[in-house]
Amino acid sequence: MSLYYLQKVLYDINRDLAVQKQYQDDADTLFDNYALTDEERNALKQPDIGLLYVLGVNGQILMHFAAFHKIEWADYLQLMRDGITEHGPVREGVYAMTVVGERFTDNGNVES
Amino acid sequence: MSLVYAGVCSHGPGITARADQADPELRDEFYASLDKMRQDIEDSGAEALMMVAAEHFANFFMNNMPAYCIGMADQYEGPIEDPEWLKIARTNVPGNSDLSKRVITEIMQTVDTAFSEEWKFDHGISVPLNFLTPRYDLPVIPANINCQGPPLTPLGRAWEFGKAIRRACDAVPEKIALVGTGGISHWPATPDSGKINLEWDAEFMRHFTNNDKHSMLGYSDEDIYRDGGQGGYEIRTFIATAAAANGAKADVHFFKPIPIFATSCVCASFQL
Repeated sequence: MSLYYLQKVLYDINRDLAVQKQYQDDADTLFDNYALTDEERNALKQPDIGLLYVLGVNGQILMHFAAFHKIEWADYLQLMRDGITEHGPVREGVYAMTVVGERFTDNGNVES
Repeated sequence: MSLVYAGVCSHGPGITARADQADPELRDEFYASLDKMRQDIEDSGAEALMMVAAEHFANFFMNNMPAYCIGMADQYEGPIEDPEWLKIARTNVPGNSDLSKRVITEIMQTVDTAFSEEWKFDHGISVPLNFLTPRYDLPVIPANINCQGPPLTPLGRAWEFGKAIRRACDAVPEKIALVGTGGISHWPATPDSGKINLEWDAEFMRHFTNNDKHSMLGYSDEDIYRDGGQGGYEIRTFIATAAAANGAKADVHFFKPIPIFATSCVCASFQL
């Protein structure tokens, strides 16, 4: 596990247009600057938002990365839920989902 | 006295990014409250706006995370987010490095704040500025309290940071407005986004309105995480602003849950 470096590459992508370009043009060379596992590299490349969430990426970092990929809000939330279904609970960090199988809709009611 | 305004407001990215998904009546009422803040700040004669924010990894990371940092530049930029997603255009925002330096120097008498001569805003500052200084014509002094990457500064230290801000503002001749921005309870950017603990929010806002230091500092981070979510850590920005108000009570202009904006949205100002 190298959550620190996984988050760090996302932090660098999120805040720097030049790093964003490198990510798009030559992701492998960019990733060589960080200690990443193959699972993390693949999740970054796809991008696999659900797996990145399960690996413990801070939601604030992940949200900005999803926005960079033009992922709509409802889709972003669903991708995280799908990640948990596929890979299990969030493994690290403080952004774990608290209520399994529920959605918090605009009127404040909980919808299963 | 040169602190001429002190208030707080919410900053969630949904406030602009997902405006079209909110109840229009509720959204417009909230927007009107933000516009009242803008007018009140303008009417105060403020020559600079100090923002106490809880940034979200736009500038600071766990390689060198300051508990507190204050900007000291003549220009800032933002937002870092995709502008089409946030629905706020990227722009340069004026600062005032000389004023920042004098404020920071005084704050350092009691708080070991970091400072930075570069700063990229994220939604935590860009969303409030979009409403409070929509023409970007008021110099901004960004300040940050780490509310994202634990371990976090204790609430009592956030109070001391706010006291130091007040002392520093009062020590310079310029008129300064102070706005703290953060959420109350929220579980932002998780599948639980939209979950709101209204009872917990109301209790905190009661303490905040009364500027009840003892009660505001009575929360542990375990309490906050359980009842207010990871977003609840951002009450540090409200606490610092309350400390800067130096015992004044607050008027709450808006306090209603808007789940698509991910939190109970707030506009409040102190009776300085």
